[in-house]
Amino acid sequence: MAEVEETLKRIQTQKGVQGIIIVTAEGIPIRSTLDNASTVQYAGLIQQLVMKARVTVREMDPQNDLTFLRIRSKKNEIMIAPDKDYFLIIL
Amino acid sequence: MMASKRPKSTGDKKNDSADSAGSSTELGLPDDIFPLVLTSGTQELFECRVDKDVTRESPYKILRKEEILKDMKTRAAVSDFHPIKQTVLNYPGEELLLMFDRDFTCGQNFYLVLTEESKKRILEPPVSAREDTAEGTSLDSPPCKTPECQPWVSLGSEREIEEESVRDSRPRLKYRISRVRRKFGAPVTFTDCNAQESKDKYTECTSYDDRKFSIERMEITTGVQAVPTLRSISTQTRWTYPRNMCSQYEFREFTEEEKENIANSENFRNFVNSVVSRFEVAAQQNMIFDVFFNDWQALHEEDGIFGGKVETHLKEYQSFTDLHFTKEKTISDINWHPTINGLIAVSVMEKLSSEGKINGSAKLLQNPPLIFFWSFSDPINPQLLLECPDDVLSFQFCPSNPNIIVGGCMNGQVVLWDVSAHADRLQGTRSAAGKATSANECALPAFQDKRELNTPVVRYCAVSGVENGHKARITDVQWLPENFEISKAGIPVENKAHICVQVITCAPDCCVMFWDIRLPRVTTHSLTERKPKVTETPHLNRSDVPNTFKHLDLSWKPFIKVALPKKGTGAEYSPLKFSLRDNMNDNQTGGSTETSEQNLEKSEGGTEYALLRASSAKQLKPLEDISTRFYIGTQDGEVVYTDWKMEKDNDSGRLLSTKPSHCFLVHDGFINSVRRSPFFKDIILTVGGWTFAIWKEGVMNGPIIHSSCSPKKCTVGYWSPSRPGVFFIGKEDGNVEVWDLLEKTHEASQTQNLSTTQITCIKPWIVPPKQHFLAVSDHSGTLHILEVPWSLRSPSYNEKSNMAKYFEKEVDRLIFLNKRKEMRAKEKKDKEAEEQKKKMEPKMPEKLEEQIEEENLVHYKTYLAMEKVILKNMGLLSDEEPALN
Repeated sequence: MAEVEETLKRIQTQKGVQGIIIVTAEGIPIRSTLDNASTVQYAGLIQQLVMKARVTVREMDPQNDLTFLRIRSKKNEIMIAPDKDYFLIIL
Repeated sequence: MMASKRPKSTGDKKNDSADSAGSSTELGLPDDIFPLVLTSGTQELFECRVDKDVTRESPYKILRKEEILKDMKTRAAVSDFHPIKQTVLNYPGEELLLMFDRDFTCGQNFYLVLTEESKKRILEPPVSAREDTAEGTSLDSPPCKTPECQPWVSLGSEREIEEESVRDSRPRLKYRISRVRRKFGAPVTFTDCNAQESKDKYTECTSYDDRKFSIERMEITTGVQAVPTLRSISTQTRWTYPRNMCSQYEFREFTEEEKENIANSENFRNFVNSVVSRFEVAAQQNMIFDVFFNDWQALHEEDGIFGGKVETHLKEYQSFTDLHFTKEKTISDINWHPTINGLIAVSVMEKLSSEGKINGSAKLLQNPPLIFFWSFSDPINPQLLLECPDDVLSFQFCPSNPNIIVGGCMNGQVVLWDVSAHADRLQGTRSAAGKATSANECALPAFQDKRELNTPVVRYCAVSGVENGHKARITDVQWLPENFEISKAGIPVENKAHICVQVITCAPDCCVMFWDIRLPRVTTHSLTERKPKVTETPHLNRSDVPNTFKHLDLSWKPFIKVALPKKGTGAEYSPLKFSLRDNMNDNQTGGSTETSEQNLEKSEGGTEYALLRASSAKQLKPLEDISTRFYIGTQDGEVVYTDWKMEKDNDSGRLLSTKPSHCFLVHDGFINSVRRSPFFKDIILTVGGWTFAIWKEGVMNGPIIHSSCSPKKCTVGYWSPSRPGVFFIGKEDGNVEVWDLLEKTHEASQTQNLSTTQITCIKPWIVPPKQHFLAVSDHSGTLHILEVPWSLRSPSYNEKSNMAKYFEKEVDRLIFLNKRKEMRAKEKKDKEAEEQKKKMEPKMPEKLEEQIEEENLVHYKTYLAMEKVILKNMGLLSDEEPALN
């Protein structure tokens, strides 16, 4: 438990990281460093995106799976790491 | 008519046609009849009158040949029978048949049958035909009898039959295969065998494409039936009726407890651990390489120069002249309004000539000197006029409150104006060129005209006392930036009020003065307390003059006077222009409207200047990082670097100004501009005489760049606000030169002539977005506003760093030069010393001649001996030969 916290803190203090959100597979946020409204918004939108991405990858090759998703925009970058049950979203 | 058809068929078979039947052949008629026209006379003669003797039923008429001939003879050419005269003569028989052709089938109403056979045929067969048709067709053919067997005529069909039939081409072969008897009935085991395993277990005839084989199917018998496609479809609609419904949702969230549970789970921990490593990779990538750098855009900045036609000239945007007031006057200073775009203030003064200076006061009453406010929206009428006590040589807007203006006059007085009352009017011009609406417009045109035409004149609200101020004309006035203020000792201290409260002026009377617009700190002296009150009451309170600076009027005194003594000579420098390091004024070119607006709001909150008091030096914290040194340009062309901090003189205990640390005589005329670069705080441009120079603060050897002498005097210089390496120089002949240090350093990159008289002032300004103006005034009183083209206003890629490098290089060069100079000087000294030493040394005594000869002989002898030895060694000299002596 504590190590988890520590790890998250370590990521947060890295340069350029604005916020972290951990979401379940259904899109319900578990932990976040942003305010509630943005968290919920991000969680909902990104969950759909990840689902779509995953389906895309799997469809091309069923043996393949999504490991990391990076969305780069003009102003910032969103990094998403999906897993079986959870996602981690870093802004 | 049947009868008429008959002759056709007979005509085919018997081809003897009369040549006079040429016309009948033309008509397509059979050869042996001839259409004929019989006139009524002829008809009567031959008794074949139409419808009387000859009718449809009996269209025949037998005519005797003789009669026809007789008729022909009697009537000759007129006879109707004339055309067939020959035929009739040839006619074998006696009687000719004339047929009545009622229907004109042959073209005429009668026709004559020309041959016996046809006559017979016509007459007889119709008779027989008529009779026979009633009986039926059976009489046509001979009575039916069984057909006899006739020999078969081959038409080639048996060949086909032969082809089709199948016959043995050879006798059939008979084979008999038998097995040995004992093998019958034996137990047999069957196994599976793959046919493909061994090649000999099977043979196959694979189909192949035989090129030579071609059979074309000639005929196919197929049956076709067209049947409509049948489909069965059914639909069923469900009847729904509209219902009111609404749904509301909110995001699903876990409760705190649930979150805790999840967070604690093993699963979660594993997940986090596994995932973090990926992030670290990504974060590293981001750090290594700047993801957001847009190469494309960065490339564009360089390429902009190449595209299309390049506009490098300064375009004339507008020019302002006022005919009433600026006749025979020149513009001494220009200032853009710091917050309102499109508003520019210009100070006008008499053209200075030597007589004019002396007689200056006489003209004053006729045309009071003014400061004009021009707006882009109105090129003819100035927006505002400020009345001055005397010609103003230099003025400045207060950066924190643009309604306060300070100016320095010819007679050494410092003047303050407050235009807050007219701020609205000026603000109305903010909607700049093109828009006619302003906040002050009335609905009624009559009122509007009156108000607009009368330019308000604002009188100055405070002026320094003549005895307190400068003794000579004030040539430069600047506000001190609002982040610090100067205490009495010259130490920069913190400015609590954050508004500009102090002014610096300089004049050729060899001193630089610091003024404070607040009242000096109230001391315990009762005199000073009373004085302001005393001087207030007799002062005429003009209604239109705001009371902002009443406390200063006529009693204003500078609180610091910095004298500029020359090193060694005891004389003093006479400054004309100065430049402070942390001065905001040089940098104020329009980009910072936001900060000044904020300040405006702060000050509009009601700073009463009268209530402000200069705080005690002890209370305020001194600021360390503000440099108190500044550059001064003097009347003799010197550039002086000095400090305004006051030193305590140990003897008298008074505060004295420090001696200037450095002085350089560089220019050949008086210096008219000392300007700091807006990009580099320590680069200064000085313009004077026929040259200009660029200095770096801290490099005290000399100017890092010194231009060559130009043919005309340089009258003013200013840096470009957006390009680090560009500055503008105004010349005596009305030229504006654009210098680009990165392009050319030996001459101007561009010259443009604006007027015939000398340029007196140049000030650039940026109107966001992306409109750069250059205000240039000339000696004849015209203010030109020019638009700076894109090539001159947008910096090239990395221009600032290039400029910095360039300056560094120049500094290095200067240092190197100095070192070289020193080295050379040292060398020279050394050489001289050596020469001196040489001269000083005692001369060696001369040898006598005989001694020299003796010595030479001895040398020669030793040489011969040596030669002998060598030759002996080489074997060239035998022992027997006597040695040559």
